[in-house]
Amino acid sequence: MSGTGDTGRGGARPALEVRDLTVQVATEAGAKTVLDGLSFDLSPGETLALAGESGSGKSMTALAIMGLLPKPMARIANGSIRLGGTELSGLGERGYRGIRSARIAMIFQEPMTSLNPLMTVERQLCEVLLEHGACRRAEAPGRALRLLRDVRLTEPERRLKQYPHELSGGMRQRVMIAIALACEPEILIADEPTTALDVTVQAEILDLIRALQRDHGTAVLMITHDMGVVAEMADRVIVLRAGRQEEAAPVETLFAAPRTEYARSLLDAVPRLGTAPPRPTTPDAPDAPDARNVVEVEDLSVRFDIAGGLLNRTVARVHAVEGVSFHIRAGETLALVGESGCGKSTIGKALLGLVPWQGSIRIDGVETQGRSRAAMRPVLRDVQMVFQDPGASLDSRMTVGEQVAEPMKVHGIARGAELTDRCEWLFRRVGLSPDMLSRYPHEFSGGQRQRVCIARALGLSPKVIVADESVSALDVSVQARVLDLLAELQEQDGLSYLFISHDMAVIEQVADRVTVMRLGQVMEEGPRDAVLRDPRHPYTKRLLAAVPVPDPTLRRGPMPDTAGIEEASPIFPVGRAPERVTLHDLARGHRVARQAATAP
Amino acid sequence: MSAPIDPPSAAPVRRAGRGRAREVVGELLRRPRALFGLAVIVLLVLAAILAPWIMPHDPFEQSFDGLDLMGAPLPPGGEHPLGTDLLGRDLASRLILGTRTSLIIGVVANGIAVILGAGVGITAGYAGGWTAAILMRFTDLMMAFPALLLAIVLAAIFQPSLMIVALVIAMVNWVQMSRVIYTETRSLAEREFIQVQRAIGSGPLRILGRHLLPHLLSSIIVFGTLGISTTVLLEATLSYLGVGVQPPVPSWGNIIFENQTYFSTAPWLVFFPGLLIVLLALAFNLVGDALRDILDPTLKGRH
Repeated sequence: MSGTGDTGRGGARPALEVRDLTVQVATEAGAKTVLDGLSFDLSPGETLALAGESGSGKSMTALAIMGLLPKPMARIANGSIRLGGTELSGLGERGYRGIRSARIAMIFQEPMTSLNPLMTVERQLCEVLLEHGACRRAEAPGRALRLLRDVRLTEPERRLKQYPHELSGGMRQRVMIAIALACEPEILIADEPTTALDVTVQAEILDLIRALQRDHGTAVLMITHDMGVVAEMADRVIVLRAGRQEEAAPVETLFAAPRTEYARSLLDAVPRLGTAPPRPTTPDAPDAPDARNVVEVEDLSVRFDIAGGLLNRTVARVHAVEGVSFHIRAGETLALVGESGCGKSTIGKALLGLVPWQGSIRIDGVETQGRSRAAMRPVLRDVQMVFQDPGASLDSRMTVGEQVAEPMKVHGIARGAELTDRCEWLFRRVGLSPDMLSRYPHEFSGGQRQRVCIARALGLSPKVIVADESVSALDVSVQARVLDLLAELQEQDGLSYLFISHDMAVIEQVADRVTVMRLGQVMEEGPRDAVLRDPRHPYTKRLLAAVPVPDPTLRRGPMPDTAGIEEASPIFPVGRAPERVTLHDLARGHRVARQAATAP
Repeated sequence: MSAPIDPPSAAPVRRAGRGRAREVVGELLRRPRALFGLAVIVLLVLAAILAPWIMPHDPFEQSFDGLDLMGAPLPPGGEHPLGTDLLGRDLASRLILGTRTSLIIGVVANGIAVILGAGVGITAGYAGGWTAAILMRFTDLMMAFPALLLAIVLAAIFQPSLMIVALVIAMVNWVQMSRVIYTETRSLAEREFIQVQRAIGSGPLRILGRHLLPHLLSSIIVFGTLGISTTVLLEATLSYLGVGVQPPVPSWGNIIFENQTYFSTAPWLVFFPGLLIVLLALAFNLVGDALRDILDPTLKGRH
């Protein structure tokens, strides 16, 4: 495919013109319009963000442009998509083959599932290059290597020979970007490109997209639900709601003065780091009157064996959690924060006895070390868990009423009419109508499902709830309401939370104290304001700096290059263990890993 | 599917068992294909029960009139609606009596195989570790052993009788089911809603019965209904080898096998029993499919 000559920046002709795009999906009740009359232009070198909550039609737009609408259910009912001089709507599969990758490329949310696990990085890159005749066969490996350099992958020669599973999430997304840019497309569609990544990695990938766009003059269509990413990346924004354009504006205008009610509410719901009111720090004195510790964890370690070799012996261990100690007082929220793989979720599971662990965990004064599952049962009345994905943590074959009733049945708390009463009462408490008890999970929205999960956990009147990324899968507006509910329940019942999250802005809203973890160990801990406003450990600083700020006037500079840090892994051969960090006190319970001085 | 659609109804926290069963039957009767399947099953069961009264002839009588002058079997029509077999016996009567054998084999043998296979699969899949290793290695062993040989050995050890034949077939047929269910249970057990059950403190029986089983039901139904036709034919093979149902007792399978060499001259002898086997399997399949859809609440309202 020959490239087009017209890539002049700010040229008169837009790279992509979308007019009156309408997409319909066939349902049992007839055609349903999921995208209604959307129009926009995308100029070369420009970044346009399509922002909106789930179901707003933003991904449908991308698929329509790429000609990837799921056939035969979805179709373009009306409107036109013009790429340069080519009309794309109604173009057949054959016609599209010369468009995709060559002129419009797309990167997806989940880099693992969009790469072929059975092909090396080199083969996947070469395949794209050769498929579109971008170069001759002999040149392909050289071009592939150059592409990997372009996306600033460390050790590109070695990466070429590796398979996707050998790369970290960030590296995979870089490879995806390399593949997308292989044929120098005019337009790059990025569909939630960083949603599945850690914040620090997200910041690096966003940097990379920006830099590549500057160098190549590519037009970027950024699809995201994250207003922080929008502020960081976009020149212009289109806010979508239920398939309709709600507002279109330059990014500064939108953030400074949104015209529509919806855009304003969307922006208001975004948790902003550094805006939560300061909190009176809970005194760390053990003799305070209500300083009863509901959870006491001492020297907790969780290790998973990796079996391998001829005799299936243990060849290595994942040191998921290594010598972690903390406590949670009654009515307090402790936030565990860290990137994926840091062991934060494992700690939550250890509290409920869902993974084997060593050390000491006392729930409300009761030691749970060495308890069998049956012996754990009474302890579980005091500690319950709310999982990340409310869709996956509900049984699709049971009514929600049955599921909310289940823990109370298992623990023999209530039965018959009393059980029904309690379920109705729980439903009302979490803001759902008791009428809904006889429905099945698929009849609820994501936020409602999470409310059901919270109701289920509350059934046992626990003292602690482990909230494992409980709001991460929800839209911001829904997220805000679920957080409010959690706060309300805490106030009424004196609940304690172990709030596990990767999202610094959310943590700032809910936490009394914060514990920052990396590779299974605590890096820094202390009262919320101390850790988030005055971070001492470089890792904490890095995490905080990486959070996208939902304010286009405050764009960060490029992140410091941290490619080496990504490599660290909690897997050690048998007989070796990670070096334990020691914490030293700064002030008022603010403790930092001593390693801090020498860490990069 | 995010917005709630149903109008609010009364809020039974648990659906009473009998009410739910009636609901399922009602749903079944409303679906034409399931209704057809049910009708076929009912007809076959009635035929098996009422066989002595509805058979037009004595199924064992080698009637002189049942053969033509050349000694060949009679084609369908006239005195013998479905024709006669090589010995001049009335085919219709033999098929009606054979319904008993074949239904018992298809339902009992297959039923035992399903229960055994699903049981072993779920247990191994949920328990994991040593339990799984032992159970699944045993399954592999059974799989590697030639099924027919095993059936012959078992049938030779015990006195051949209908129930023994059914048991033997079940012993041979449970293996595939257990493999499939094992794999599926393993992936289900990793899912979050099962983790939640552990976090709640539910015992293994509740997790297995209330949460895993409903999700496995569709595979069990599909494999169970597929198994019906294979079991009926396996019985025929066993009969052919002399270790199945003993002649002259008819079964659909052994009628096919007795007469298959005359397929070109007397095709009805193979066609009618074959048709019945297909009907039986189809009927169970249709009902099974409908059941699967009815029991899956996410598919509600779609046919």
